[in-house]
Amino acid sequence: MTVTERPDIAPNTPPEPKRDRRVGSVEVLALLLIVLVVFRGPIAAKIVEFPLLQTWTTVFVSVMVQAMPFLVFGVALSAVIAVYVPRSFWAKALPKHPALAVPVASCAGVILPGCECGSVPIAGSLIRRGVTPAAALAFLLAAPAINPIVLTATAVAFPKNPEMVVGRGVASLIVAMIMGWLWLRLGKAEWIKLPHRPELEGMSKSRAFFGALRHDVVHAGGFLVLGAMAAATINVIVPARWLQTLADNPWLSVIALAILAVLLSICSEADAFVAASLSQFSLTSRLAFLVVGPMVDLKLISMQAGVFGRRFAFRFAPTTLVVATAIAALTGWLVFS
Amino acid sequence: MNRQAQGVVLLLLGGAVLKASLSDMYLRYVKESLQPFLIAAGALLVIAAVMTIYHDLKKERHEEHEEHDEHGHHHEPRVGWMLIAPVLGLLLVAPPALGAFAAGQSGSAKLQDVDYPPLPAGDPAQISVLDYATRAIFDKGVSMKDGAGQDRKVQISGFLSQGPDGKPVLTRMMLSCCAADARAIKIGMSGRPPEGLGENQWVEVVGVYTAATAKDPVSNNEIPFIEVLEWKQIDPPRNQYE
Repeated sequence: MTVTERPDIAPNTPPEPKRDRRVGSVEVLALLLIVLVVFRGPIAAKIVEFPLLQTWTTVFVSVMVQAMPFLVFGVALSAVIAVYVPRSFWAKALPKHPALAVPVASCAGVILPGCECGSVPIAGSLIRRGVTPAAALAFLLAAPAINPIVLTATAVAFPKNPEMVVGRGVASLIVAMIMGWLWLRLGKAEWIKLPHRPELEGMSKSRAFFGALRHDVVHAGGFLVLGAMAAATINVIVPARWLQTLADNPWLSVIALAILAVLLSICSEADAFVAASLSQFSLTSRLAFLVVGPMVDLKLISMQAGVFGRRFAFRFAPTTLVVATAIAALTGWLVFS
Repeated sequence: MNRQAQGVVLLLLGGAVLKASLSDMYLRYVKESLQPFLIAAGALLVIAAVMTIYHDLKKERHEEHEEHDEHGHHHEPRVGWMLIAPVLGLLLVAPPALGAFAAGQSGSAKLQDVDYPPLPAGDPAQISVLDYATRAIFDKGVSMKDGAGQDRKVQISGFLSQGPDGKPVLTRMMLSCCAADARAIKIGMSGRPPEGLGENQWVEVVGVYTAATAKDPVSNNEIPFIEVLEWKQIDPPRNQYE
């Protein structure tokens, strides 16, 4: 393999000092790996000494391993959308009027059986292919919450409260549609800044497919790592005891579980089981946990910032959190009383 | 990070996922049912890596004069370096399954009332910790009696962690998806409990139902007890979760 430095800055931007260095990323990578292999024993021994650090590593690795198939297949599907599905398909499949495209896209989330890690690159790919952002965002929010696998898991986790499944599906759909319509009214196109991807036009299909796959796995995957690290940290340092004190107040408990859903970043296929075990909390607050979790969490915010840009993520995520919490509280009040 | 380095990272990541999923290592982190998907994802990553490196080398040989054009719009993601972290986690550190520390943090799980089929044949009857705990809490041990109304001997296995009163409890972690959602099932031990063992030591316990219970202060859920008749140390099982 040749290891020449390949500058990744456009010629018309001012050159960074990095360009002058002779060392390329492959050399840095090789050196890093050699150092780590040499010091493997001491590093592993050090980690075992600290149960907190060891548990953190286990949880971090678990979140990554769990998310990996969803990330890879989600990215592969988005590469298929980018390379093999013609632009004209989306024009035909979705209603012309954006306000109508939003509910259609929300309901289309039913067909994507996966968790939230896969839906971010897919939504990015849809926007690139000319789907109106409002519809793509509604799809992004709805898909991980209302697909059959997630709803089945919810039914299994709450055998005595089937209304939880209905509440979750309905509340999630409503939130996705509200956010889509809100985007139509308030959203600005310049907030979304999709990362540069190697231009796919004019390449052979297979090269374009693998180019898109590589780029998106590295990009979305890198942000997934940041989110997984944050989630593992919260998971390990926040003892469940703290939650006990919040559970007694009906309003505080809803807000507490909505925020906990953001911090824990549990995969939407598993969050129902965790919600079931938070038995000291009211059903309404646990519904908020289930509605917020697939739509806003640390790894999602990190991935959204990567795929759509920071200006987008820092507006979209807090708004979604507020809307999702409010709708979940309202739904819970209607369903469980 | 240039494209060749990305190719190498993808190769390492795919290789690490394959290594974990083709051995029993993945069972420390996720459910057994995820294995085929992990293998497929790992394989796809390796293929993507090989194709990336292949296309990159081929292009370098044939299109050197287009170099500047090609690189005009590439700003390759720097965040890609982060992907080395899970590779290191899987290949170098390979952390063990969750143990006593996590069980102490999460507290015992809320269990669900289910149907109770008769215990499996055998004396003692081998059952899971979850099975024992639900039969003890909801069924008050009724389904663990024999025809004559005597408590049958049951055998359960788990690791030791600290219970509410400071004494060791028999513990098993339960996964629904991955270790991030793990919840602990704890069983207190009366009678002749294991002695002189450290936390995280796996033991196999034979005992009978007892009505004693305790409250887990962390989660406020009930911890059932077992009256231990005999115990022995064992190696951790293939799948440490239930």
